[in-house]
Amino acid sequence: MTFIDPSWGVKSDYVHNLAAKGERADGRGMNDYRKIEVTTDFIPHAPGSALVKMGDTQVIAGISLQAGKPYSDRPNSGVLMTGAELVPLASPEFEAGPPSPKAVEIARVVDRCIRESDSIDMDKLCIEKGEAVWMVMVDMHVLNYAGNIFDAGCLAATAALHNTKMLKFEDGLVIKEKQKTKLPVKKKPVECTFVKVGDAVMLDPSLDEEHALDARITFGMVEKGLCAAQKGGKGSFTQPEIDSAFELAMKKAGELRKHI
Amino acid sequence: MGMKSDIKLIDAKGKRLDGRAIDEMRPLKIEAGVLEQADGSAYLEWGNNKVIAAVYGPRECLPRHKASPYGSTLMYRYNMAPFSVDDRKRPGRDRRSTEISKISEEALNKVVLTERFPNSMININVEVLQADAGTRCAALTAASVALADAGIPMKDMVASCAAGKAGDHIVLDLGKLEDNFGKADVPMAIVPHTGEIVLLQMDGDLSPKEFKTAMTLATKGCMMAYEEQKKALKAKYKGGGKK
Repeated sequence: MTFIDPSWGVKSDYVHNLAAKGERADGRGMNDYRKIEVTTDFIPHAPGSALVKMGDTQVIAGISLQAGKPYSDRPNSGVLMTGAELVPLASPEFEAGPPSPKAVEIARVVDRCIRESDSIDMDKLCIEKGEAVWMVMVDMHVLNYAGNIFDAGCLAATAALHNTKMLKFEDGLVIKEKQKTKLPVKKKPVECTFVKVGDAVMLDPSLDEEHALDARITFGMVEKGLCAAQKGGKGSFTQPEIDSAFELAMKKAGELRKHI
Repeated sequence: MGMKSDIKLIDAKGKRLDGRAIDEMRPLKIEAGVLEQADGSAYLEWGNNKVIAAVYGPRECLPRHKASPYGSTLMYRYNMAPFSVDDRKRPGRDRRSTEISKISEEALNKVVLTERFPNSMININVEVLQADAGTRCAALTAASVALADAGIPMKDMVASCAAGKAGDHIVLDLGKLEDNFGKADVPMAIVPHTGEIVLLQMDGDLSPKEFKTAMTLATKGCMMAYEEQKKALKAKYKGGGKK
């Protein structure tokens, strides 16, 4: 069953009317993030983890390390895998079962952002060429869905990666004991998401704003430029809207990075 | 994307591996109305890509819970044939096709007048028969023609094309090697009449300036694809649509 709350239609009108006046229900400016809190090492048993609160949205990212065979076309490189779970605990909208298209999209956009930013030094994750490499699994677990999982999830993933300690590999086995050495992570890729409501474009959508959105654009930002982008939603953007959102994303990415 | 190699993607004269200029698209050919069972269909060849699209509907919405009293539910399915790529693709849905289907479906929602057919569904099924970089753009371009061929009311078609970065140049419509060894890929889709952007993705590494150049170039590519879409429809429907 797809969950639809009867109040969404009313709230959507409210969000639209406010947006037309350049206002938001929670009093934020159009280009403000909600309050952000990052707690690293939230799950001490995992090699790396972080809990991110973005307003009421809460996402945990956990990092697991396994040894596995590398891909044949990159025998020297470690492997990155990213998943997102929208568990039923986090929202009345989420259902148990195989990942929904929404979860797949979030996981793949965060995956692209981290992968294409080249932030993990994959060549340092080689254990034995062609035989064994470290596989870095990033799993985003949403605890409370109140809008903008893209940005919160990516921030949690990057914070967790920066906090990840390597494990020991001996005689073909991984020993689950955290070492002092850190996972070789160089950069801090983050995502900035904007939504279009009517003719207004706003940063960091709340849940009601996400239900009311016409279109959504996410920019994956790395120190010098762009590493990923994804448009979503049934509406459209004009070229000037994309350009100004992108310019703003460059500024906001710096703000996000301060939390890591 | 981003695999390292010694291949030089652009030579000293600014020509690409397949001899194209940097703002040149691969040859694109579209034929409308190729499947007898479907309400609308299209076959497309774009470089070495071969894609076929079929539209069924509007028809009763199944599963029922997907139906909406506000309009028809579009259901877009992007699927790759197992033999479409060098290493056999395991049949069925994977994360990549799920994502592509989702964003393409959202893109088409902008142009289809779904409000005309409440509680129904419109299925858009696209099969990639041979893949050679740029299949999501090829699929969406073919799907628009199939929708028009099915007589479904639309504001306009959606036209799609990618730009990217090969070597140090921003180029139009990446080929296979450029996709594998290039530095960035920017697939885009627009509503040609208004220029509105309905699909935009990017992966790789681009400076702000390069990103803007890539979007401008991709928009041009979309307009070229749009001309071919119109040609395909005119070819079928000139003279009352009898073949």
